[in-house]
Amino acid sequence: MELVVLSGKGGTGKTTIATAIAELTKNVVKVDCDVDAPNLYLFYKGSNIKKEYFYGRKKAVINQSLCIKCRKCEEVCRNGAIKSGEINLYKCEGCGTCTLVCPSNAIKLKDKKSADIFITKTDKGIISRAEMDIGSNGSGKLITSLRKNAKRYSDENTLTIIDGSPGIGCPVISSVTNSDISLIVTEPTRSGMEDFKRVAILCKSLGVFMLVCINKFDINEEISKEIKIYCNEHQMKVVGKIPYDDTVMKSINELKSIIYYENSVANTAIREMWKNIKNEISN
Amino acid sequence: MNIGILSGKGGTGKTFLSTNLAHILGANYVDCDVEEPNGFIFLNPTGIKTFEVKVDYPVIDKSKCTMCGECVKVCQFNALAKVKNNILLFEKLCHACGACEVICKFNALSYKKRTMGVIEEGKHNNAICKRGVLNIGEPMAVSVIDQLLENLNDGVNIIDCAPGTSRNVVNSLDYVDAAILVTEPTEFGFHDLKLAAKLIRTFNKPLAVVINKYVEGEEKIHQYCTDENIPILGVIPYKREVAKIYSKGEMISDIDEYRDIFMNIANEVKAVFVWS
Repeated sequence: MELVVLSGKGGTGKTTIATAIAELTKNVVKVDCDVDAPNLYLFYKGSNIKKEYFYGRKKAVINQSLCIKCRKCEEVCRNGAIKSGEINLYKCEGCGTCTLVCPSNAIKLKDKKSADIFITKTDKGIISRAEMDIGSNGSGKLITSLRKNAKRYSDENTLTIIDGSPGIGCPVISSVTNSDISLIVTEPTRSGMEDFKRVAILCKSLGVFMLVCINKFDINEEISKEIKIYCNEHQMKVVGKIPYDDTVMKSINELKSIIYYENSVANTAIREMWKNIKNEISN
Repeated sequence: MNIGILSGKGGTGKTFLSTNLAHILGANYVDCDVEEPNGFIFLNPTGIKTFEVKVDYPVIDKSKCTMCGECVKVCQFNALAKVKNNILLFEKLCHACGACEVICKFNALSYKKRTMGVIEEGKHNNAICKRGVLNIGEPMAVSVIDQLLENLNDGVNIIDCAPGTSRNVVNSLDYVDAAILVTEPTEFGFHDLKLAAKLIRTFNKPLAVVINKYVEGEEKIHQYCTDENIPILGVIPYKREVAKIYSKGEMISDIDEYRDIFMNIANEVKAVFVWS
């Protein structure tokens, strides 16, 4: 079973919730698909049992000794990635159009490493994660690899928790596609609600079963109510309402999951939510 | 002068700082976080005009196509597939690179345009506000972002960037003269601040930091910024009241108690990035 935690807007509490749910489950594998801001593993001490290079898009490379400076490559490159016979690796998308027009065969597409991908073993199970090379792109292909890697450490009873990235673009689409449940963590702010709707529409179009968590719900109870109404109208169940709690910030800074803070109201609410999610799963 | 507001981690307050800074400075505002553009909620621009963002996609003229399949072979993005009597296009995978058109010996390929987002433009006081909105289900935001950035107005532009360090952000860096990183004093915020700072340094852009949700006694970010020689333009305190005002979509710099904080940051911006 794959459960993906999403939000639309950043900073609503995806990683906090993903980690808490993971801690409340026994047979669990975690995947950090927020490759631009990979914070999940910070909670854990562990060792990398597997490290691989990840090759994303290819990049064009010009063999200067063959180049006759005809500039045909510059004319066809729609990304503006070639200037004065030099390739801008940040702009090159590896489409290879330049290789097709080069009369002297001076340009080749070559594999370019864009990230290191890891399987990290912790005392709380496996984490599949990546560290991007600076300026590289967190493509859908990378997300797919992370999910595939995680599957190798799963059996039919494993709960795979995917910590998604903000937004609604390629990495999010790749995190959601073919997953079993998406848990959308939103917050009752005008921004949070707008972004929640956008990611909910995306999940619906991808045919994924959705559950909703309103984090910091008491920051603005009016908007929380609006979110609830929206969910009712669109057949989405609100499984959790987590109160605003300063202990959450403390837990992040002590790098310890919120579920280990006994007096935390957020902890109590998250445990309650997890019960509700389990009920939904078994139905 | 184009100032990019970036963060690494999402939800640290890019839009919060961008809108308030644009408001105080009377600067133009450009929302490049096109997957989740929220700046207009706060600035409430009027007289909105909408422009469609279009991207190319290949169309195959069947009367000329010989089904040789060369176009399918050159497509690095798997956007074309050859089936029995047809070449299929998966338009959302298409990068509009032109490789298929270039390789086709029979001139069977041409490009048409499809809409994948919009740009909206309006006014807040006398300043121009623009935002890109990516259509839901579109994987690639870059075209919308590029179109926004290629048409920046004169004067001071505050550019509200996407979170992260990916190509969406890298593209924005091409257009900015200076970057402000918004961070928060949590281990997550600090971790992602370092990643984002590294990226901006790679592009040799002047860089400064604003600490949002600041709590007294914070030392790590201050120490890091001192060590790395990154100026801190100001801090915005961590208060439930601030979160409440933000939640309603209101401008915090309109409230007496907080106006000075943003005035000071605005003055620091001018001083640090040396512009008058």
